Amino acid sequence: MAETENTSPATAVQILSTDGTVAPTASAEPYLEYLNRLTDADHEQFYRDMVLARAFDTEAANLQRQGQLALWPPCHGQEGAQVGSGRAARSQDHIFPSYREHAVGLVRGVDLLGIIEVMRGTTHSGWDVSDPSNGNFRPYTLVIGAQALHATGFAMGVKFDGDTATGNPETDQAVMVYFGDGATSQGDVNEAMVFAASYQTPEVFFLQNNHWAISVPVTTQSRTPLFQRGSGFGIPSVQIDGNDVLASYAVTAKHLDDARSGGGPQLIEALTYRIGAHTTSDDPTKYRTQELTDSWIARDPIVRFEAFLRGQGAANALFESVAAEARDYASDVRKRTHAIADPEIGLMFDGVYSDDHPLMIEQKQWLEQYEAALGGGAE
Amino acid sequence: MSDSIDKTLQSMPMAKALNAGMRQAMANDPKVLLMGEDIGKLGGVFRITEGLQAEFGENRVLDTPLAESGIIGTAVGLAMRGYRPVCEIQFDGFIYPGFNQITSQLAKLTNRNEGSLQMPVVIRVPYGGHIGAVEHHQESPEAYFAHTAGLRSVSPSTPNDAYWMIQEAIASNDPVMFFEPKSRYWPKGEVDLSGPAAPLHASRIVRLGTDATLVAHGAMVSVLLQAAELAAADGISLEVVDLRSISPIDYEPLLESVRKTGRLIVAQEASGNVSVGSEIAATVAERAFYSLEAPVLRVSGFDVPFPPAKLEKLFLPDADRVLEAVDRALAY
Ligand SMILES: Cc1ncc(C[n+]2csc(CCOP(=O)(O)OP(=O)(O)O)c2C)c(N)n1
Ligand SMILES: [Mg+2]
Repeated sequence: MAETENTSPATAVQILSTDGTVAPTASAEPYLEYLNRLTDADHEQFYRDMVLARAFDTEAANLQRQGQLALWPPCHGQEGAQVGSGRAARSQDHIFPSYREHAVGLVRGVDLLGIIEVMRGTTHSGWDVSDPSNGNFRPYTLVIGAQALHATGFAMGVKFDGDTATGNPETDQAVMVYFGDGATSQGDVNEAMVFAASYQTPEVFFLQNNHWAISVPVTTQSRTPLFQRGSGFGIPSVQIDGNDVLASYAVTAKHLDDARSGGGPQLIEALTYRIGAHTTSDDPTKYRTQELTDSWIARDPIVRFEAFLRGQGAANALFESVAAEARDYASDVRKRTHAIADPEIGLMFDGVYSDDHPLMIEQKQWLEQYEAALGGGAE
Repeated sequence: MSDSIDKTLQSMPMAKALNAGMRQAMANDPKVLLMGEDIGKLGGVFRITEGLQAEFGENRVLDTPLAESGIIGTAVGLAMRGYRPVCEIQFDGFIYPGFNQITSQLAKLTNRNEGSLQMPVVIRVPYGGHIGAVEHHQESPEAYFAHTAGLRSVSPSTPNDAYWMIQEAIASNDPVMFFEPKSRYWPKGEVDLSGPAAPLHASRIVRLGTDATLVAHGAMVSVLLQAAELAAADGISLEVVDLRSISPIDYEPLLESVRKTGRLIVAQEASGNVSVGSEIAATVAERAFYSLEAPVLRVSGFDVPFPPAKLEKLFLPDADRVLEAVDRALAY
């Protein structure tokens, strides 16, 4: 499949080559100072994040196959882009995900059972962003590209409130929005960039180019490398090797800081790959070859980072303990998934409006009485 | 369907009937083309267009960029150029980015051009619930489009209707919103390849009865038939009307039925507030007032966003909810 013509990684920022050796590209130069701030403990944390995210993702896909979930959109292969960028955000930053950013949710502190609940069909949101323990990680948006405008409007508000560009990076806020290569074709995403540039929002557009929008290759969405579109909007833009967690971290950290210090919106295109199916309902054998997928499996972000850590002298014990932690985590997710209760009738009516609404009161009452008369209750 | 010339009755699911109908339309007219997300190589997420790109090529079956406004807006331009585009919207809840192009452009262009411009565009929308999916994948948005002047809106309930109505929709010189009840994609039914059962906008009595009339479109028709079956066991005789078209609505068969039974229950998956059912209730009250023994009753989805899948059985009207309304109507 002709999928490479517009995604040449020649200028993409890379810190680690695919075998895990430190070999920054020339384009990485402006970002190196951010790497110097990282300790061994940070590196181990990145590794742990990626392994846990993959264990979670694999477990969730299994749960879907066993009929526990309606659907699962896997993040397999995108952990480097997600963990690096997620860890680069500061605690005061606000994150607008699409629907595949499980690893970002993890590093922001969200209990990922919430994502399972959404995909199981017990809730539309799964977690409450107003709870500070959820790291300002907003609920998923399933309509492609819509969240880009929300992020931009939110960032306009941050700016109007004076909560950014005061000169203090410890408190100045920035906003980061995640979206895919397919989403770049939507009006909403393009309009978001227009508004962001116009109002000079403190915002990073984080585009994960995983090369596919379900069955449609990125070449159908764009004939030029996607990051180049940013400059047309007047937005500083950069392309990175998204399977290099260090590149993702350093580049995102710098551009978030640029955004929070008054530099306006920024665009990062992370080249990565959707190793799995689009969702568990999808059959990729209909539209792409295994050879192509294999060529990306060979660039796995976790394998690469493990090689880096080993090169740095990390002991076997680290990898063993992370593997054990991931197994425990997955089995905990499984156990808790089986324990998720079905929602009550009230969920359908109580949260539709913020203020009282006569139809909600009337219809909820009607349904409760009807169900009671049937002798049922909620199924 | 060259292999079926002497075999006019075939059993197939609606998904295959739609595919066969579109294949026929494409074979008949080189200006018919299909466009949408994932409809080419993948054959669409519901496989409705399976095999058509391989058969007709990439200029007849377009895997478009991911943009509904783009799909509809370029279909409008293609129609201006003499094509007959058939657009697939991947799921009901994803039609809204294209809403502006549908309602402000597609629906109005013939009028803007004082009738001199035709807009033969079909927009296929897999819609409705019963599939246990996440948000935006189970909605019934048909009232927005039925409300919009300039659009025609239809919804088949059987494979036979699907096969013929998609061809009639493509042949229409006006834009047609073609609502496909996705929960009915896979049950098989008999398709009569020898000729269309009815005109595109005709409603049809699908079960005879005497005590009350039930009317619906799309997937809800099968729920009504189930309800009528259950009621028959209790000695209640229900007539069922399949609307088939929600804009325009063919009222005569419905009114005739109501004049006979004196009672009408309108059912729909969509929320009831300002819905297709509301329109039918009002019109029947206007035109058959003296025949009515009871108020026209509506059985609808609640006036809430389609809930998480685990609540869909409570949201969607089932045969019991229909029969509860029948009981109320009969109590008058
Ligand atoms: C407005 C809209 N249209 C169509 C869809 C159906 N859909 C869901 S995911 C998807 C592909 C998205 O591709 P991309 O933006 O690259 O994100 P990825 O799935 O690769 O993470 C499509 C077409 C949707 N969710 N929203
Ligand atoms: Mg993608």
